[in-house]
Amino acid sequence: MSVALNVLTVVAVVAGAFFFLAGTVGLLRFPDTLTRLHALTKADNLGLGLVVLGLLPHVGSVLAGIKLVAIWLLVLLSGAVASQLIARATRQRDPDA
Amino acid sequence: MMEALNAGLALLLLALAVWTIVARDAFAAVAGFIAYGLLLTLAWVQLSGVDVALTEAAIGGGLTGALLIGAVGRLRDTEATARVERPKALTRALAALVAGAVTVALALCVLTLPDPAPTLAPDVAANIAATGVGNPITAVLLAFRAMDTLLEAIVLVFALIGVWSLAPDRAWGGRPGVRHVADPNGILAYIARVLPPIGIIVGMYIFWAGADHPGGKFQGATILAAMWLLVMMAGLTDAPPISRAWLRIGLVAGPLVFIAIGLAGAVTAGAFLAYPDGYAKPLIIVIELALMPTLALILALLLVGAPQRTIQR
Amino acid sequence: MNEATLFALCAVLLVGAGLYGLIVNPHPLRKILAFNVVGSGVFLLLGAIARRGAGAGFGGDPVPQALLITGIVVAFSATALAVALLLRLHDAAGSVTLASEVPPKVEPDAGSR
Repeated sequence: MSVALNVLTVVAVVAGAFFFLAGTVGLLRFPDTLTRLHALTKADNLGLGLVVLGLLPHVGSVLAGIKLVAIWLLVLLSGAVASQLIARATRQRDPDA
Repeated sequence: MMEALNAGLALLLLALAVWTIVARDAFAAVAGFIAYGLLLTLAWVQLSGVDVALTEAAIGGGLTGALLIGAVGRLRDTEATARVERPKALTRALAALVAGAVTVALALCVLTLPDPAPTLAPDVAANIAATGVGNPITAVLLAFRAMDTLLEAIVLVFALIGVWSLAPDRAWGGRPGVRHVADPNGILAYIARVLPPIGIIVGMYIFWAGADHPGGKFQGATILAAMWLLVMMAGLTDAPPISRAWLRIGLVAGPLVFIAIGLAGAVTAGAFLAYPDGYAKPLIIVIELALMPTLALILALLLVGAPQRTIQR
Repeated sequence: MNEATLFALCAVLLVGAGLYGLIVNPHPLRKILAFNVVGSGVFLLLGAIARRGAGAGFGGDPVPQALLITGIVVAFSATALAVALLLRLHDAAGSVTLASEVPPKVEPDAGSR
């Protein structure tokens, strides 16, 4: 049982790291602000979600697991708000970007 | 494995610090500095200083970053003028020489540190039971070195008075910063309504858990200050005029309670800031509860800055 | 090399880099940034020394770590005061130069943000 949980942790965390890598490559390679924001949100939501999923089997208590998921939800919320604000500012500054 | 992680972290820290120094655009330098502060949090975790990591993430990365971004925004048109004043190659070479000499001297000190390292950890472990708290950092901050914490709170009040004294004559006693305006149906107003209740709970939890786990009032007060700043930036509330009585009373209440408990300790337990037997934990809680609002007010107002607008009656 | 020595040497290099930036950068805001880098390097050095003092069941000597928390908060307040001074200088004098005479104003390059 614990072997299966360890395999799940490794697979999930590696997959999350892959999404972070993909997001970083997108940040460096995409041409303008709006497409870069798109790449970053993929890293934020999926990458962090998979890492949290991989860590969940190893927490000591249900409360700690709920805290991990709450952290992911807060990062989702703040990332979404920040992306919207940056996108609106970019659109206002350069309407045909 | 851990050595590779630490080496990579140290290299990234150095790279970001160099980026902060040599970046051409000030905004890029500040962005690099914020990332540097967050990586420094990881370095603190690797050095087994979780309380320090929390403080660095909140204040070093969060509040300092917000402060510097605000400053960069206001000083944007002075960068080109300042760039002309760059020193000649000789001055730069001399500066590199001085910096290199300081680095080498400090590196020699690091490599010749005494081994085994002198430490106060056994003394803290021996005496921590008398304080009633489980977190050794909280015990040091509020029981063994309470004088430092008291003086730090007073220094923060002085810094705020220093910032306020930079008001122009017409705005003396007025409201700091600018009146932020945001679309009341927009996303900034939305998150300024949704996040503060969560933030207040998280801040109070970090403060309360600081007695036995990593945390404490500085980290908790920073989160409370950040929530107030968010509400101000979304335009849902305005910064209070600095001449308001409740603001000034709130600022001095924390240190005054601290000093009062210290004087009471001088009378009942023999020394300033000594706690009578068995009363250590309740007194520590009272001090922390009194300091939290003061700290939150000070940290938020330090970021908002000097008064710029007259009082509107 | 254990992590305390590694981060202590990293901290020493940070102090050196920040010191160079403090001397060389003419814009006061960049000087404030460099000063913060020096400060964080000093804190990291003290943290590495605290790590070396681990014992009695703690991962690090708690006394220097408590001093570091105090130091980080006071460093932020010093930065806030420095930034407030700089903004007041900008409002009062129109430029942020630290030289005795105000240099002629250079327009920002067109095409920068």
